[in-house]
Amino acid sequence: MIEVENLHKHFGSKVAVDGVSFTVKKGEVLGFLGPNGAGKSTTMRMVTGFLPPTKGRVTIGGCDIEENEIEAKSKIGYLPEAAPLYSDMTVEAFLRFAAEMRRVPAGEIKAAVDRAIETTFLEPVRHQSVDTLSKGYRHRTCFAQSIIHDPEVLILDEPTDGLDPNQKQEIRQLIRRMGETKAIIFSTHILEEVEAACTRAIIIDRGKVIADGTPAELKARATNAGSVLLRASGLAGSGIRAELEKLDAAGSVEVIASDDKGITARINPAKGKANQLSAAVFGVCKDKNLSVEELRIEEGRLDLLFREITKKDADK
Amino acid sequence: MDAFITLLLDFAIPTIIVSAIFVGILFYVLPREVRTIFKRELKSYFTSPIAYVLFVVFLGISNTLSFFFTGVLEGGEADLFLPYFQYLPWYLVLIAPAVGMRLWSEEQRLGTMELMLTMPLAPWHAILGKYLAAGVVLFAMLVLSFPIVWTINFLGEPDNGVIMAGFVATLFVALCFLAVTSVISAITRSQLVALLVSVAICMMLWLGGLPHLSELLMNLKGGWLVFWPILKLINVLGVMPHFTELAKGVLGLRDIVFFVTFIAFCLFATSVAIRLKRA
Repeated sequence: MIEVENLHKHFGSKVAVDGVSFTVKKGEVLGFLGPNGAGKSTTMRMVTGFLPPTKGRVTIGGCDIEENEIEAKSKIGYLPEAAPLYSDMTVEAFLRFAAEMRRVPAGEIKAAVDRAIETTFLEPVRHQSVDTLSKGYRHRTCFAQSIIHDPEVLILDEPTDGLDPNQKQEIRQLIRRMGETKAIIFSTHILEEVEAACTRAIIIDRGKVIADGTPAELKARATNAGSVLLRASGLAGSGIRAELEKLDAAGSVEVIASDDKGITARINPAKGKANQLSAAVFGVCKDKNLSVEELRIEEGRLDLLFREITKKDADK
Repeated sequence: MDAFITLLLDFAIPTIIVSAIFVGILFYVLPREVRTIFKRELKSYFTSPIAYVLFVVFLGISNTLSFFFTGVLEGGEADLFLPYFQYLPWYLVLIAPAVGMRLWSEEQRLGTMELMLTMPLAPWHAILGKYLAAGVVLFAMLVLSFPIVWTINFLGEPDNGVIMAGFVATLFVALCFLAVTSVISAITRSQLVALLVSVAICMMLWLGGLPHLSELLMNLKGGWLVFWPILKLINVLGVMPHFTELAKGVLGLRDIVFFVTFIAFCLFATSVAIRLKRA
């Protein structure tokens, strides 16, 4: 549905996007992650046809965004980062305008406006002027505008920005639900959002894609993926620690609490040995006759991976 | 009663016919996108105070000045060019940019440009839709200046054809100035900058056609000749001679072609400015 090939964007001598490629199929929700200024918005602006790329190609449903501009744009719904609106219109008038511009047939405009208002919970402010809206309502009005023509492709630049936790949750569920029948790209700073709503995520840093996979795959790449958290007693903490450090599968042992009766520690796996670690730790406990109060395998944390890979690059 | 019928025949009916043709073109010839943008834009002129304020200012200035200072009443001749029409472009140098300053700069300031240009429409749809809406505001302004026509008809028996020509010429000048403003507002996101720069350029366009400048050009000597190309350009683009010809009732094809070409060029320049903004 969305194909992005080797996209570049230069602003003068500054390279904002440097060879980004990805595809999003129907039924996929792609999360776009990256530090501020990484090139997320610029990439999205090129995908929507607002900015012409310096190099590279964007195809939407088989239509090239530059050669077949109008056809390609008619398939897209777009929520820009700042959620811009015409401040002199009411919510309903603005959505009506958007529906006409997005080529909703004249007879279906009313139904489309009603549906968009209902989906984005805008009923209470329907007749209110846009410049009197709170930030959350403004954002949702702009969001409503992007789905008004029931597009095949949705591009959302920080769709949950400025919303309260309940609204964030609602929008995430909405994205997830719409993702079943559309191809969606959305950018965010909030990592839980990626896990909650995306089928795939890419991390972009200084204009390059540095990670691409399902949230589970990405989490598995974090250094803490497969770590074992152990709380055990029956031996002095230092003794247990020494035993754990001897294990082949253990890369490092972080002691969280330790005394002469026991230990609480996180054992990180050695490279490539994550799947053997828990059995090995359990073996130690059995051999030394420790009483295990807690033994838990940790999932990788996305925020950790994010910090690791975006920081590693920054150090270079 | 006679005056009333004359007014109806000479002004009201032609105005209605022109408006009907415009509406017809808008609804049946131009694409839906142009119409939608036109409607939105026109509505926003009248939901904000801007259109009303400009109407009051323009009508106030033009009528007061011509009644009290330029002697429509004392002239003794039933002719409006000297006391009335020849001053209108001076006011329009200010009024037309004031109407047009928000066209694109507002769009950039609000960020809605990003929304509009990612909708399925060609940039010329938006440029034309907005331009026409602002043009209609200026047209309405001229229509509302009918009391002066009524007065003249009440007092004497003027040549209404010439008065109509005066209005047509004035409208063309207003549309020219508006087109210039459209380009400038596409370049800056500040309405104030758009206004000031447009006023300066419109003033230059208006004064560029002064007969004195043509004389000056012929008498340029020595080192001053380096300025010849610039002055010549300004002189050629000068709106004044075309306005004067048209307003005197000489319906010259040359002058109409000048105005239409000028406006078309400015609208094209607007599209270039928008494209450069995006790149």
